[in-house]
Amino acid sequence: MSTHEAAVETHQPGSKKLFMWVWFWLLILTGVETLLAYFKLEPLLMLTILVGLSLIKAALIVAYFMHLRFEKIGLFLFIVPSLVFCLVMILIFVFPDSLRIVALHNIHP
Amino acid sequence: MAELDIDTIAGTAWDGGVAPFATNTKKLGMWLFLLSDSLTFSTAILAYAYVRLSSTNWPRPFEFKPAVLNATFLTFILLSSSLTMVMAVAAAHRSEVRKAVIYILLTAVGGILFVVLHLMEWFRLFADGFTPWSNPKGDPLFGGTFFGLTGLHMLHVSIGVIYLCIIAFGFGKRKFNADHVEVSGLYWHFVDLVWMFIFPMVYLMSVSLKG
Repeated sequence: MSTHEAAVETHQPGSKKLFMWVWFWLLILTGVETLLAYFKLEPLLMLTILVGLSLIKAALIVAYFMHLRFEKIGLFLFIVPSLVFCLVMILIFVFPDSLRIVALHNIHP
Repeated sequence: MAELDIDTIAGTAWDGGVAPFATNTKKLGMWLFLLSDSLTFSTAILAYAYVRLSSTNWPRPFEFKPAVLNATFLTFILLSSSLTMVMAVAAAHRSEVRKAVIYILLTAVGGILFVVLHLMEWFRLFADGFTPWSNPKGDPLFGGTFFGLTGLHMLHVSIGVIYLCIIAFGFGKRKFNADHVEVSGLYWHFVDLVWMFIFPMVYLMSVSLKG
């Protein structure tokens, strides 16, 4: 595996057409996000939609551009659950305090 | 030994093959780094959200035209550079060295364009009085979080450009193989991915409500 010949014949799944399509959909989703900013939606609704769209875009990038969809399932199980676990641990501490701040704003506007 | 098939080496993967994730160590290492880096960015974005929520005087300084449209264009540049990087990895695996090097360099040019346009935007904000520690339109922490987040991302893009240039040079000289190109591609797509969160959180949520 030390010489570069080793990697020459490795098969790389995913066609040019597929990547163009993923790129196209990422652009469409970006366009939708920008459109939301143009219409100036109510902040909470807008934030919810934006986070949802961003998660879809991130999933598209990880699955196709970063090839995770074509890897062994073990690699996916190694990376994604640990990331989700860490994020949940962060959110568990951030959310209650954030809600407390929102409540304080409502009491003392 | 062109291909390592763990099923033939160790019976089944459950017996403990030599490559349980069927990737090379470079790729696994890069994935681990990206895992930790994504937590760095998540905490930075959450800290920004928390500080913004705590403030009663948070500015929304970005007009739809030109600031938000400019940021959308930056997103377009990054997404397109990701596409050329995918093409570079595919070409590298087909051992089309010349094509791969051109695609990698195109990706690097996209990165440079991103940094230049973003810095121009920064200087426009500096001219309007926004700095990391002062803000004419409200809470000074706005500058701290905005320049902190986008600066950390810009640092990643800049490092990525240097990384890609080294990979292009080494792959062109056949010192590196296609795996090196693929691993650098992982890093570049991650930088793109992070921008997919910074762009809506920092720009779209801060579009000026006036006018």
